[in-house]
Amino acid sequence: MAESQGETLNVTIEREIPFPAEKIWRALTQPHLLEEWLMKNDFKPAIDHRFSFSAEWGAVEGQVLEIEPHRKLSYTWGDHNLKSTVTWTLTPTDKGTLLRMEQTGFRPDQPRYYQGAQAGWPKFLAALEELLARID
Amino acid sequence: MQQPHEVLFRTLADPTRRALFERLCRDGDQTVRALTAKAGVSQPAVSKHLGVLKKAGLVRDRHEGRQTHYSAQLDALAPLTDWANQMTRFWESRFDDLEALLRRMD
Repeated sequence: MAESQGETLNVTIEREIPFPAEKIWRALTQPHLLEEWLMKNDFKPAIDHRFSFSAEWGAVEGQVLEIEPHRKLSYTWGDHNLKSTVTWTLTPTDKGTLLRMEQTGFRPDQPRYYQGAQAGWPKFLAALEELLARID
Repeated sequence: MQQPHEVLFRTLADPTRRALFERLCRDGDQTVRALTAKAGVSQPAVSKHLGVLKKAGLVRDRHEGRQTHYSAQLDALAPLTDWANQMTRFWESRFDDLEALLRRMD
C-alpha cells in the first residue's frame, strides 16, 4: 500500500511469514544475512549506531533509533531522494510471524527533487535500468 | 488503456533512446544534428527515436530555421519518480528475497 498524506509520505508492507520471530530477527540484524536480501552493510543492532547500506544503484545512510529484540527495530534511512524512518514490527501468529515494514518520510523542499539536481540523474537512470531488468 | 508508467518503461527500455533522453536531460536543448553526432546511429534513426520519445511526452520539439531543437520534459517522468510507488516496489521485492533467505537458513 502506498499513500501520500500531505507532506508526509508513507509506505507500509505487511506479510505473514511462516517462520518464528527469532529467526526473522536474525535476518533483519546480522550483517551477513542482511546482505543476502537487502544490501551490503555495516549494520549493528545497537542504539545510535550509524551504518550504511550500499548497492550498485546507490547508497543509504542510517542510524539505529529503537531496538526491542524479536519485536521491533527502527532506523533512519537517508538516500539521494529524501530522509525517512524505517520501522520493522514482528508479531507472532499461529502460523509464524506477521512482519510489518513501515517507511515514513518527508518531502524534500523541492517537490520534484530531480529538477536541477543533475547529479541525481545517473543514479536515477541506473535505478530505472535495474527496475526494467527486473520486470521483464 | 496503457498506464502512463508502462508507456514510459517501454519508451525508455531501448538503450539508444534512453541515451538520447539522458543527454537531453544532462545537457539541455539540442539539435537533431548535435544529437546525431554523438549517438552512433544515423540521423533518420535518431529522428525516429525522438519521435517515439515525443509521443510518450518525454521530449518537446521546436523548429528554428532549418534546425529542429529537442528538449527533455522532466514532468513526464512523474509517474516513475513517485516516491511511494518506487519504495513499495523496492520493499516488495526485498520481502521476497528475505523469505527466500529464511527458507535457506538453519
